Amino acid sequence: MSDTALPQTAPPPAPAREETPLRRFVRSFFEDRVAVFGLGLFALIVLLALAAPLIAPQNPYDLSAVDVMDSRLPPGEVSGEGFTMWLGSDGVGRDLLSGILYGLRISLTVGAFSGILAAAIGMAVGLIAAYAGGRTESAIMRLVDLQLSLPSVLVALILVAGLGKGVDKIIIALVLVQWAYYARTVRGTALVERRKEYVEAAQSLGLSHARTVFRHILPNCLAPVIVIVTVQTAHAISLEATLSFLGVGLPQTEPSLGVLIANGFQYMLSGSYWISVFPGLALLLTIVSINLVGDRLRDVLNPRLEK
Amino acid sequence: MIAFILRRLAQSAFVVAAMLVIVFFGVNVVGDPIWMLVSPEMDQQQIAETARAFGLDRPIWEQFLIFLKNAAQGDLGRSFIHGESAIKLILDRMPATLELAFVALFMAILIGLPLGLYAGLKPESRISRMIMAISILGFSLPTFWVGLMLILTFAVSLGWLPATGRGPTVSILGIETSLLSLQGWKHVTLPALNLALLKISLVIRLARAGAREAALMDYVKFARAKGLSQSRIIGVHILKNIMIPIVTVLGLEFGSLVAFSVVTETIFAWPGMGRLLLEAITRLDRPVIVAYVMVVVVLFVVINLLVDLVYSALDPRVRLTEATS
Repeated sequence: MSDTALPQTAPPPAPAREETPLRRFVRSFFEDRVAVFGLGLFALIVLLALAAPLIAPQNPYDLSAVDVMDSRLPPGEVSGEGFTMWLGSDGVGRDLLSGILYGLRISLTVGAFSGILAAAIGMAVGLIAAYAGGRTESAIMRLVDLQLSLPSVLVALILVAGLGKGVDKIIIALVLVQWAYYARTVRGTALVERRKEYVEAAQSLGLSHARTVFRHILPNCLAPVIVIVTVQTAHAISLEATLSFLGVGLPQTEPSLGVLIANGFQYMLSGSYWISVFPGLALLLTIVSINLVGDRLRDVLNPRLEK
Repeated sequence: MIAFILRRLAQSAFVVAAMLVIVFFGVNVVGDPIWMLVSPEMDQQQIAETARAFGLDRPIWEQFLIFLKNAAQGDLGRSFIHGESAIKLILDRMPATLELAFVALFMAILIGLPLGLYAGLKPESRISRMIMAISILGFSLPTFWVGLMLILTFAVSLGWLPATGRGPTVSILGIETSLLSLQGWKHVTLPALNLALLKISLVIRLARAGAREAALMDYVKFARAKGLSQSRIIGVHILKNIMIPIVTVLGLEFGSLVAFSVVTETIFAWPGMGRLLLEAITRLDRPVIVAYVMVVVVLFVVINLLVDLVYSALDPRVRLTEATS
């Protein structure tokens, strides 16, 4: 306000805006058109999933809204209630578009929850391993190596064999599959950070171990974690769909995209292709959009590629 | 060399033992398999008798000790459903799975290597960009979805290839194989391609990176200066040098092919051990689950050891005794 009171002769040259790390990061992310497309697509998918109850032509859970007479209608047919089923209907007469919108909600929720939980647990374990060192570290890393040497599908299958079906159990299984990736990466970064002066400074100030680890070391280990969060979330969504497709994931009462695809599989050989294909396309777009963003993040956050 | 192998064997034994404990208790903690074994009409006494017959009435640690004692004699328990030895059930179905995995492995090399070489030698061409886009898709697409699309395209729409099952098998030296008849190849093509997709993408990336690096090397420039033909430079000088990492990685990935075959076998109704595992999981057939995991873990351990040995033979710079430090 006081600026305007000053007599202005010539407007002073606008001071070059301070290029904060965050701003630089955002700018270089948006330099890549493919990544921006991926981000936009993902945002659209999330929006559609959130708005599903408002925009879906039908509530697929509402038994009174579903008519068996409408089953296996091809895309574009008009249902008995008079609305157009743009993507056709499934084996029990549910509008497929509505089913996909609601299915996206479940798939995304499972992916996001398991991603966040796995990141939190994996980061904590990795940090503790790096900070504690010695026996603790080698015991933790043995376990991590053992798990990462086995394919994730196999680990997940064994886990669901023990845990059983249900949303909570699938999330637990996905978290147990993924935490090791975070633990390994964070430990690697934290080992480097640990030797830096600011950690020594924090320790000489008499800060507690917990404060040193979580307030000082952790923020400096976040860059690689952000990349893994995207890749692993896409992986979690794909894995959940695979398990559900195989019939050992989510139950029929929680129809994620994988469950929808599995339901359509039996009709595919007889020609009703759309019941499996469209939920599959939705799954595909979700995974690809996340991976596009993740690829770009990896390039932007990689210090070795800095110009 | 021998010291290295012995140390690796000891480590492997530790891994197998750890997995044995984890899987046995993991599978036995949740759910009660007794309800899979009895019919609803049975009364309490009959249920108790069945439980006793399968040893399910004992405390879990006692069951574990009995399991260990039998495992030491090569018996991993009896399937609750089939009533047969679990290990025999799995070994019976193993040839089908291995056949599928091997065909997928060769497909990965036959398709991935030329595409990757091309993309590496002509990185700016439009075809190369397309190849790389396909390889990114190959990493992103869920295996089961690709399988569905293969069935839809080649079996339902075009009708070229069968969608389910395995062709007629013949026995050669005691191994059942379906690869000796045209019908067998027709049956194996789609599932193997499905299983190979991830590995094709992997080979494309490895071959591309290797070819880009090798093309700048002095020995390639020298071969060119000598006036050798392009095909000889690529086929002999470049290929030889990029094959080492590819063979190593593919060797290690063979185990994951076997694991991923659970998905592929289910889609294509391939009668392998992956489908057996899935059936065992859905019906809580614990002995089969435990036996499957043990077989696969042993397979992994053996493959890793073999790859290390082959690697040292291919690349004399690698000394195995140093690798342990």
